[in-house]
Amino acid sequence: MSLASFLIQLLNSVQYGLLLFMLAAGLTLIFGIMGVVNLAHGSFYMLGAYLAWWISSKTGSLGFAIVFGAVLAVAFGWALECLLFRHFYERDHLDQVLLTFGLIYIFEELRSILWGDDVHSVDIPQLLSGSIPLTDNLSYPVYRLFMSGLCIVLALGLYFLISKTRLGMKIRAGAFNREMAEALGIHIKRIHALVFALGVALAAIAGMVASPIASVYPNMGSQMLIMCFVVVVIGGIGSVRGAMVAAMLVGLVDTFGKVLVPAVAGMLVYILMAAVLLWKPEGLFKQ
Amino acid sequence: MSAPRTNIEVLPRGVQVFLGLALVALLAFPWVGSDFYAQMVARMMILAIFAMSLDLLQGVTGLVSLGHAAYFGLAGYALAFLTPQGEAVSLWWTLPLAVGGSGLAAFLIGILVVRTKGIYFIMVTMAFAQMVFYLFFDNKVLGGSDGLYINFKPAAGLFDLEDKRVFYYFTLVSMVLVYAFLRRLLWSPFGRALAGLRVNEHRMRAMGYGSFGYKLAAFTLAGGLAGLAGYLWAAQTGFVNPELMGFEMSAHAIMMVILGGMGNFAGAAVGAFAFEIVLNLFKDMPQLGDFDLGKHWQLLMGCFVVLVVVFAPRGLLGMAAQLRRKPESPDA
Repeated sequence: MSLASFLIQLLNSVQYGLLLFMLAAGLTLIFGIMGVVNLAHGSFYMLGAYLAWWISSKTGSLGFAIVFGAVLAVAFGWALECLLFRHFYERDHLDQVLLTFGLIYIFEELRSILWGDDVHSVDIPQLLSGSIPLTDNLSYPVYRLFMSGLCIVLALGLYFLISKTRLGMKIRAGAFNREMAEALGIHIKRIHALVFALGVALAAIAGMVASPIASVYPNMGSQMLIMCFVVVVIGGIGSVRGAMVAAMLVGLVDTFGKVLVPAVAGMLVYILMAAVLLWKPEGLFKQ
Repeated sequence: MSAPRTNIEVLPRGVQVFLGLALVALLAFPWVGSDFYAQMVARMMILAIFAMSLDLLQGVTGLVSLGHAAYFGLAGYALAFLTPQGEAVSLWWTLPLAVGGSGLAAFLIGILVVRTKGIYFIMVTMAFAQMVFYLFFDNKVLGGSDGLYINFKPAAGLFDLEDKRVFYYFTLVSMVLVYAFLRRLLWSPFGRALAGLRVNEHRMRAMGYGSFGYKLAAFTLAGGLAGLAGYLWAAQTGFVNPELMGFEMSAHAIMMVILGGMGNFAGAAVGAFAFEIVLNLFKDMPQLGDFDLGKHWQLLMGCFVVLVVVFAPRGLLGMAAQLRRKPESPDA
């Protein structure tokens, strides 16, 4: 492997890892703070991608689609939390698994009714459609760099929100001790709705941003969901920092596995997970 | 999270009578119903075995496995590999081998997953099942995404499984035997220890029961029994593909167990029948104007699942029990 192609694979794995982080962060936050297993998290990714395709094909602007779609996703997540998830925080994990499994069916079918079952592609915006030459015949697309940049900005924003702002302090207080936080006058229900909406929005934005390079197709969420589970398990449930480290690890292993040992590439990530579990049964960054 | 639910382990008299009648109905069915429906019922019985095997984990031990289909599929694939192109293979050594293989896979994966708890257990079982799924999905040698055909049903010598009626009764006998075995197991010291682990693991450990060994044994046994169901499924359909080990299959099994009521195996079996009937009902929905309801069966299924979870989290049996004990406060 030459230096240039190594660099390309490295950039690809970072980009994939960052995308995974966007989803896994929401998943791990929702679990860590509300104690809910959300199998439907992958569906938000899928819905985001379809939304990006639909809006950008109508308006011709992917940027507008992402901004507008993010607002929609927040509203959607907020409504979903108030109507359904709120009532399941105290229920058994088994009920949560089933509820969210039912939701996967519902979201997939709504998608099929609204937008059909076809595979779509989304055009890369003109401004970002170029590529940076690395050698005579190898180059790296600008859009992928833009994607990674956007994910990094959002990840930093998330970090800042949770660890530096007053709102983040309330979120952490609620996760740490719900009753005490409530007794101190924190409106915990609103915090929960907010965190959930945030998680949904992150997943949807990931789907929207990824749509030009990943193409938009039915069931695109389930593959991502399972990868996110692996990320969350490796990182330690509830830990955003763990999700970041694990997402990078998974991105590296998956991307380089596909290049170096394609025969077992599909399994490598799970082998990584098994190894981490043997070493630390509760993930790398247990909360 | 919340306190473990109280399971109905002792079946009320009414339920026992119902099960007896159901058994008679199953015995008589091939002589009454058409071949098509007999095959469908045989399929339900196979799924009932699968659901009962999961109930050992989910209802009795309190371990929610979201990857149980892996062991179901593995045994099916075992039959596919063991059956040569041009002739049938003996039932008497392939069945134990397939079941043992599934059990072994469950044992190996179990060593890793049983160490985890709660939500971790759910995610990790799912991830490992997915690993097995991709192993078969990605490798052409193992059939790839298209799967494998099994041209001949296993040869039993004494009876001919190619005969649909014989196969039906073979499946029925298997189901009844699995049920009897699991019911016996439930009341054995081993079964009591598993139930104890569900209710209060700390106390069980304090009393000297090593939870790891018990859970691993349950996981292995459940995997082996799921293998029995998978073997029968493969023999019946003559075809295996990675979907058999997929995420949906695992989730459906959980749904079957929930639908009937957990922890007593009868509920799981009834749930498997009920689930399949509902599924087929939705798939056969008529056209409504220019909207094909049957094509969008997933929407109905999704709503059905959500409604069951919201309104009947203890399944059909639990609902029946609740109706009988009206005066008491609702689900504590």
